[in-house]
Amino acid sequence: MTAFWFLAPIMVIAALGLVFARKAVHAALCLAVVMISLAVLYAAQGAPFLFAVQIIVYTGAIMMLFLFVLMLVGVDSSDAVKETIGGQRLAAGIIGLIFGITVVLAIGQTVSGAVVGLKAANGNGNPYGLSELLFGKYVLAFEFTSALLITAALAAMVLAHKERLTVRHSQADIAARRMREYAESGRHPGPLPAPGVFARHNAVDTPALLPDGSPLESSVSDSIVGRGQVRQGFEDDIDKLVEQVGDEQPRDESFGGEK
Amino acid sequence: MNEYITLSLILFTIGSVGVLVRRNAIVVFMCIELMLNATNLAFVSFSRQNGNLDGQVAAFFVMVVAAAEVVVGLSIIVSIYRARRSASVDEASLLKS
Repeated sequence: MTAFWFLAPIMVIAALGLVFARKAVHAALCLAVVMISLAVLYAAQGAPFLFAVQIIVYTGAIMMLFLFVLMLVGVDSSDAVKETIGGQRLAAGIIGLIFGITVVLAIGQTVSGAVVGLKAANGNGNPYGLSELLFGKYVLAFEFTSALLITAALAAMVLAHKERLTVRHSQADIAARRMREYAESGRHPGPLPAPGVFARHNAVDTPALLPDGSPLESSVSDSIVGRGQVRQGFEDDIDKLVEQVGDEQPRDESFGGEK
Repeated sequence: MNEYITLSLILFTIGSVGVLVRRNAIVVFMCIELMLNATNLAFVSFSRQNGNLDGQVAAFFVMVVAAAEVVVGLSIIVSIYRARRSASVDEASLLKS
């Protein structure tokens, strides 16, 4: 029971974090916390086999799959704050609250009776008892499960397969296209400028500075711009530095003013 | 016994509210997983109350079906993302007349 009272608040908080977390990766971590706590509760309730399966299948396989898909889809800001249907969040919260209260009250009145416990059923060990049921009474369901898993694997392969509809561009084609663009529109044929050039940091989130001191947006990766993680506040940085230097000694104008 | 069932119901309710509220398809999927996990907890608790292992077998089958469902669902999300460059559930509204 100690495990339950210790883990139950953690699980509820993590589940709320799953609903309220802004970033999908944080939501995934909250879900992993809930799943591992659930595994411990299974162990405390006489289900050591399910404890192992929960950790291996859920936190090991399914959560990794979620994180991989998050990586593929990209951590963009697709979870918009704007509501499509007006007042949907409030309505969903109220309905959820009513549903939860109703169900908890109903269960509180119906679930009763002595807890038998699994001492007798786990007499030969929990995996032994489970396998006796799985390969005896539920063997047909077990066979159907194997068919389901094969179908799921096939479906994943079909859905993830991508037919190449256009011609593959070779390196020579790309070079020729760049030169044609340069001739037609004057677009620079070389690589994009590197981030951090002439700036006060050389990190990838710092735009390069042009000779007049203004940041060059195209030097920062699009995904960093999409997440809104571009380093801000260049003007302040340089102003502060100029003030510090200016207090101590007059600036030498012959070094070209970057500010 | 009641505490375990109550915790399972609270988790299920939070998961269902999450499905209604969130817009990102992957997070909606995670909320469905939370609901499945909550039912598993109820299965294991009832198994302990009744003193037989049928509930644990049911939880085991739920886990297997959840694994298959996640594989298909996530590949659907990836293929929608490839076609529409978005993982938001509001963007995929082509069937709306």
